[in-house]
Formats: sequence, C-alpha cells, structure tokens
Amino acid sequence: MEMLTPQAIIDSFGKELGDGFVGGSVYEREVAVKKNKFRSLWVKVKKSAFRDAVEHICELQEYPHLAVISSADLGDRVELIYHFTLYYGNHLQELSLGLRVSLAKNDLKIPTITDIIPGALFTERETQEMMGVEVDGIPDNRRLFLPEDFPQGVYPWRTDETGPQDMLRVLPGRQKKYGSG
Amino acid sequence: MAVDETKTRYTIPVGPIHPALKEPIRLDLSIDGEEIVDVDVVVGQVHRGIEWLGMNRNNPIQNIYLAERVCGICNICHPFAYVMAVEQAMGITPPERAEYIRVIIAEMERIHSHLLWAGVAAHEIGFDSVFYFVWRVREEIMDLIEYVTGNRVTKAMFQIGGVRRDITEEQFPRIRQSLDYYKSLFDQLKTLFLDDRTIRMRTKNVGVLKTEDALKLLAVGPTGRASGVPKDVRQDQPYGGYADLDIKAITPDMLTGTVVGDVYDRIIVRLLEVKQAVEIIEQCLDEMPPGPLLFEQKAAKLLNMLTKAEGEGIGRAEAPRGEVVHYVRLEAGRETLSNWKIRAPTYVNLMSIPAILKGGQIADVPIAFASIDPCMSCTNRAIVVDSKTKNTSILSYRELHELSVEKTKRLEAEFDS
Repeated sequence: MEMLTPQAIIDSFGKELGDGFVGGSVYEREVAVKKNKFRSLWVKVKKSAFRDAVEHICELQEYPHLAVISSADLGDRVELIYHFTLYYGNHLQELSLGLRVSLAKNDLKIPTITDIIPGALFTERETQEMMGVEVDGIPDNRRLFLPEDFPQGVYPWRTDETGPQDMLRVLPGRQKKYGSG
Repeated sequence: MAVDETKTRYTIPVGPIHPALKEPIRLDLSIDGEEIVDVDVVVGQVHRGIEWLGMNRNNPIQNIYLAERVCGICNICHPFAYVMAVEQAMGITPPERAEYIRVIIAEMERIHSHLLWAGVAAHEIGFDSVFYFVWRVREEIMDLIEYVTGNRVTKAMFQIGGVRRDITEEQFPRIRQSLDYYKSLFDQLKTLFLDDRTIRMRTKNVGVLKTEDALKLLAVGPTGRASGVPKDVRQDQPYGGYADLDIKAITPDMLTGTVVGDVYDRIIVRLLEVKQAVEIIEQCLDEMPPGPLLFEQKAAKLLNMLTKAEGEGIGRAEAPRGEVVHYVRLEAGRETLSNWKIRAPTYVNLMSIPAILKGGQIADVPIAFASIDPCMSCTNRAIVVDSKTKNTSILSYRELHELSVEKTKRLEAEFDS
C-alpha cells in the first residue's frame, strides 16, 4: 500500500470528486521532545459527492477506520463530520481525516455508508435519533440510545424548536434558559 | 414457519444495566438448544447526556472533570483525549514534562484495568482462586496510583495545557519498586493464564472474531489486536510522550505465531500489554525532561483564552479497551463548548458481539462477552421466552454463572477420565 502525504490526499480528493470537492486543510503539530509530527486532515465535500468521497477513502486504504460521526446544528444547516483514521498499523504514519458534509435544514438526508463500512451502523443510528438526520437505506432503523417512550420529533442535539428545551427541568427560583444541542 | 416442529427456539434477553458504563447493554440471544443462532444488542438504558451537559452547563475546564466521570475505570484516557482536542482547537502545546507525566499515569491505568479484567474473566469461568489472586496483585498498582495522584479512582490530574501535579525525583524509587514487583510476577501470571488446563479449555476457540470481521466492524483495542489488526493509537498516531517512544501494537502472533482471534488471544494481548506498560513507565521515568507543568498557571486566564478561542480539534487516546475519540469545537465569545462528541471504545466493539457470540453456547456467553471488556456485570438478569408458548422464565445472573461454572467442571471431568 502506497501512503500519500496529507497534501497529496487532499489533492486526490479534488481530482476524484471534481466539483463535489469544496476544500481541505492540513493540521500539523510537533509533539513532545523528539518533535515528531501529529497530523490531521479536514476535507469538505458536497452532499452529492459524499458517497464517492467515502469510496475514495476506501481506495486509499482497504479498511479505513470510521471512529464516529459528529454533528452540529448551525442554524439553517446541520454539519456532519465523519471522523476517519487512515494508515493505521504503521508507526507515526496514521492520519485523522474529518470528512465534512453540510446539509440544509429542509433536506436533512444523507445516504447510508453501511454497505461500504458495516461498522458505521451504530453511529448512523445515533445521528438519526439525536440530530434528526434521516439516513437513507440504513439497514436497522431503530433507535440506539434513546428510550422507546422518548417523544417523536424531539432531537436532543438540535438548538432550534425541535430541541429538548421543553423537557428540561427548571429549578425553583431559576429563569428558564434555552440551551443548545 | 420453516423451523423444525420438534425444535424450540428461545429468545433470551441478557442485561440490561451496568451503571459504570456510558452504554450499558442488553443482549437478546436467540438460541436453538444450547447454540446461539442470533444476537441483538440493545444499548442506551442509562444514557446520561454528558455531551449535552458539556455544551450547555459546564465551561471547558469543568468539562475535564465531567470527562473523567464518563467511565470509572478509564478516567485517565477520557480527560486525556478531551484536553488534547481542546489544545488543538486553541492552538496551544503543553510542556514536555506534562506530556511524560500524562503517559505515566495513563499506563498505570492500563495495568490496573487489565488486571481487573483478568480477575473478572477468571471469575466468569468459575476459577475464583485466580480471581482473588489477581485482585490482590492489583492492589499494588492501586496503592501506587494513590501515592502518585492522591486518589485511587478519579485522579484529577489533567488540565488544559498540562497536568496539575508533578511526579518528582523523590517519588521515583517508590514507583520503581512497584514496577519491579510486577516484573517479578510476570512469569507467574503468564503460567497461570496461558498454561493452565482449565483456562485453555474454556478460552481456546471460544468467541472467535475473524480478522476480516474485526476490520469491517471497526473493532479497536485488545479486541481488534487479538484478531490481528495492528491498530494502536500509541503506535499509529502517537500523542503526548508516546511520540518519543518506539511502541509496537501487540498482537497474539508475537507469542504464539498465529492469530486465532479467540478469548485466549485476548488474554495474551492484555497480558503482554501489562508488561509493555511497565516498560513504558520505566522509560518515561528515565527520560523525563525538566520544565514547567502547565501552559498557563492561572485558571481564570485560561478560561478567558478559551472563551476567545475559535477552532476545532480531535483528541485520540488509547484506553485499556481501545481508542477513545473526542471531537471539540470552540466558538469565540461562547463560554461553553459549541460541539463535543465522545466516542468510547465499547461503542464500536459492541458491534462485534453478534459475530463473537453466534454459533457459541449459552455457557460461553459470560466469558465471551467479558472478553471484549465491556465493563461486565451487565449480565445480571436474563429472561427466557419460549417463542411458541410465550412462557417466560427468569434466569438470574447466578444461574447463568452456574451454567458457566458447570461447563468448566464438566470439561475437567472429561479431561481427567
């Protein structure tokens, strides 16, 4: 397996995805006494190119590790970051890769990647119930962490009207405070 | 239904709650006679909303102590990953000495966690004398942790941009004394766990996770490494003082020459990791650089910097059970984090449970399930449902445990005759 440099990986995304590639950046820091490099990558793609981007990551390494999907409510958009790690198993060579995709609030849908990476199932189920992002084609549509009697249409990580504000307990003598997430 | 009328298939829910873990779990086992044909994992019974608290109630410094309470056993690696994520988001670097102290306490945690697991595993197969022995041996590292940090469990050592307490030259002899104790015990532990007839019978070819399944299901930590996936953050993307050390991910073929991926291989990996942890601590003591402990001494000033900072970071630490990942986003002018996502190792390792248990026997559930080290003792109550008559009977944890103990005795008797 040939290992690319961080910048070459970002360039390869541009070449592979064309218009679907929005941008990328490399973070680099020196660690401890020997000043070895600690590197992570951030790549942003359009929703239409998302599946191609994941397939491209699988070309870089046959079994990339998907750590987790993090999601943020940014007002009119929801941003998902798929945190991958590449080139594990090699001393000092591993890279963290955050694959970023932004979804409009009126179209919160993302295709599943469980057919490419079966282990993505738990984190897709969690994103679905916590953020209200519908995962198209998910093989197991049940909730993961939320109990079955949790109200429908309430998403704990959202900051808008579908958030959990009404479920919060207000302590005596305190003002009701709207939180985020 | 195409099922043979003479056979009765049962569904056994095992679980659900163990309060120490972020994701306590229930296992729904479909069984045919003694054989497990299908497994469903149900989690979330005591989801505490820690990430939500970190984004709404606590400021980033208070979050260190919240992160410490994600897990009672891994209370070093969670704050470790968290402070690294925040440091990346702020763009600061902790002093070198702090990086080494972080590694020393993280490795102490690994020793105590693996020994705790070894005791639990011995108990699960009914080998209680080993359980007592291992937990007695574990007290030494607990005493050492208390000596170094002032507390046995939650150590409160971490601060954003460094550590809160020093490990001084005067403390080195006491630390080395404990390390020597474990080095002198290693051969005994190795004989006890790897050569014992009973343990071999109960763990060899039990709960097998194939390499390909481990890769596809994203298994991490000893669970993945025992299946031949050489993934270890300390080796792959070293953080803190690990970046100066030449660490190699431990896989069972280092000792036996082959990778099977069974419970026995997971014992090998953990056993060798205890030895590796002792060596890492010794190396850190030898090479510990001098210097300050904190990037910023005053907490109020640090908090002010955090409020002004803008950025995002990812922190990854190798916990005893596998990789812990924290993602943090800071927004300028906001007192709390704007985003915090925690990924604990059991989160991904649980997906391997169906692959590990399928085809096995009910009596092997306690040891096979415990072998991924999911903060066991979830198996406290099991309900047996006859799918035809809807009859329900309850298997207590004790009965399930007795099934396991009986199997050990039966195998021993067969071996002797």
